[in-house]
Amino acid sequence: METNALGAKKRNAFNFKKWSRSRNGQQTFIIIAFMIIPLLLLFVFTYLPFGEMVKFSFYDMKYVGRRTWVGLQNYKDVFQRTDCFAALKLSLYYLLGGVLQIILALYLATILSFKVKLGNLFKGCMFFPFLINGIAVGFIFKFFFTRGYVFDTVLQWCGFSLQNLPYWLKDQSVNNFSLMGASIWRYFGQNMVLFIGAIMSVDGSMYEAAELDGANKFQQFIYIILPNIKSIFVLNIMLSVSGSLSAFEPPYVITAGANGTATYFVVMDRIAHTSQKVGLASAMAVVLLGIILILTLLQKLFFKYVFKNAEDDNPKKFKREQRKLAAAKGGAAQ
Amino acid sequence: MTTKEAKKRGILWPIIKYISLIFFSFVALLPVVSCVNTSFKSMDEYRNTNVMQLPLNGIDFSNYVKAFKEANMGRAFINSGIILVCVLVGSTIIGTQLAYVLNRFKFPGNNLIRNLFLFATLLPGIAMQVPVYKIMHDLGFINHLYGYIIMMMGTDVISIYIFIQFFENIPVSLDESAILDGASYFTIYRKILLPLLKPAIVTSMVLKGVGTYNEYYCANLYLQDKTKLPTVATSLYTFVGPRGSEYTLICAGVIISLLPALVIFILCQKQIYSGIAMGAVKG
Repeated sequence: METNALGAKKRNAFNFKKWSRSRNGQQTFIIIAFMIIPLLLLFVFTYLPFGEMVKFSFYDMKYVGRRTWVGLQNYKDVFQRTDCFAALKLSLYYLLGGVLQIILALYLATILSFKVKLGNLFKGCMFFPFLINGIAVGFIFKFFFTRGYVFDTVLQWCGFSLQNLPYWLKDQSVNNFSLMGASIWRYFGQNMVLFIGAIMSVDGSMYEAAELDGANKFQQFIYIILPNIKSIFVLNIMLSVSGSLSAFEPPYVITAGANGTATYFVVMDRIAHTSQKVGLASAMAVVLLGIILILTLLQKLFFKYVFKNAEDDNPKKFKREQRKLAAAKGGAAQ
Repeated sequence: MTTKEAKKRGILWPIIKYISLIFFSFVALLPVVSCVNTSFKSMDEYRNTNVMQLPLNGIDFSNYVKAFKEANMGRAFINSGIILVCVLVGSTIIGTQLAYVLNRFKFPGNNLIRNLFLFATLLPGIAMQVPVYKIMHDLGFINHLYGYIIMMMGTDVISIYIFIQFFENIPVSLDESAILDGASYFTIYRKILLPLLKPAIVTSMVLKGVGTYNEYYCANLYLQDKTKLPTVATSLYTFVGPRGSEYTLICAGVIISLLPALVIFILCQKQIYSGIAMGAVKG
């Protein structure tokens, strides 16, 4: 009797082992089969280039041909050449633009989150610029800002005279503002859609309660909406910081970096593909990457410190937002 | 007094609200609408009238025909179509499979792989193109559609996040009961989870599709043979340089290039908005 039970146990154990082995085997197989291609792509197009980039930054080299080890010379050049590190100060324009864009997006999102006639049409109109390809945006704004064309005509309707208006893309005192405007035009709709999503997730009964208590729209905004979307709001502010450091598209497609509009990445692109100084361009990329990583780290600490309570309340939501941030960042770089 | 004030505020706010909406919609549309306007003008008319004046001859599509031919846009649409189909199918398969494995199985390295993908989003894409160009060159991928397609599939991280988020909301008990019925993991993925994932797939395809269709930087870099390998976005480069002031043609070309995005946008507004909220893609 006893030996029988033991035998059954043994058999069970054996069967279980066999069963688990085959399931495990299947699992291992499917894990490898499903991950090998994405991991290979991730390696070839992200981490291999990342490593190469760091390596290249110590060489004097072109895309083809001999390379010479130059140590830290490229990094010295990044900080000493007048056109490299100095170009980062143009980021201030885009940072300002980013802040204006967020304020504008939040304002319009607040309006559109409530019942508005033709709300979807307005939303669509303001969002659509986000879906236009970069080169088309370049042409549209070259045209828009040409002397005597669209922008000047509209200003003339408003009573300005053409003699007093600057050349929007040539005059160095205004051209970066023009590009900033184009950048806001392109991206504020996207921020707005993000904010609308956040505001819509606020419990609707809170507004009703506030209205019963006699709170006006502005008070509702300050006391209900703002606290509820503060994390996504701060996230957006931080995104615009790293976005402004890596500003690329507006100057690249509209002015090609002429007349003092070349941002850091436009300069880097020129050094890499026109002058073919791959080493120097790589060093520039590594330097900016370092700055962005430090900022990301600071922002993580900031979140830990400022939103600690929020995290305790709702860890899942917090995690989701962190992920959103990372995803959005990835997009910003494209 | 107070009721009067409240009433006044009650009227004022809607006015401000609608003025703001109309004003900013106008600002958003003005650059594009002025382009449409110019695209209908003849060269003479364009030279002699203000850009904001409506075209004399009404709607005339001859600039569109000319721009379409000169920028080789027929070829460009074919290429963009091929690229779109391959990239969307490829990245959907890759993305859903990876998300399935990462979400459903615990194995050593799961977290590491998630973090590797997460960290990849921090690397600025433009900066990475310097070494990627060298690698593409070494692989012999430059000037081949397949090279560009493979590269575009590899850089997709956002849709993986959309899929993982979606998998989190599909109960694991579904998988378990299928396992009891003797289904293999591949069957579970293919027959049970993939159909349930459809909304997420549509969302990510719409977003990825618009992004791929609009991508011009890498297309310009890796598809250098502009007569054989233009995409819709890079075909507009025809007008860069000496022809940079033929705005009647340029405007027509620009409008042609953005029409497909407009159509997709009108048809799939909901997916685009929810995709932005889920994965936030910033061009």
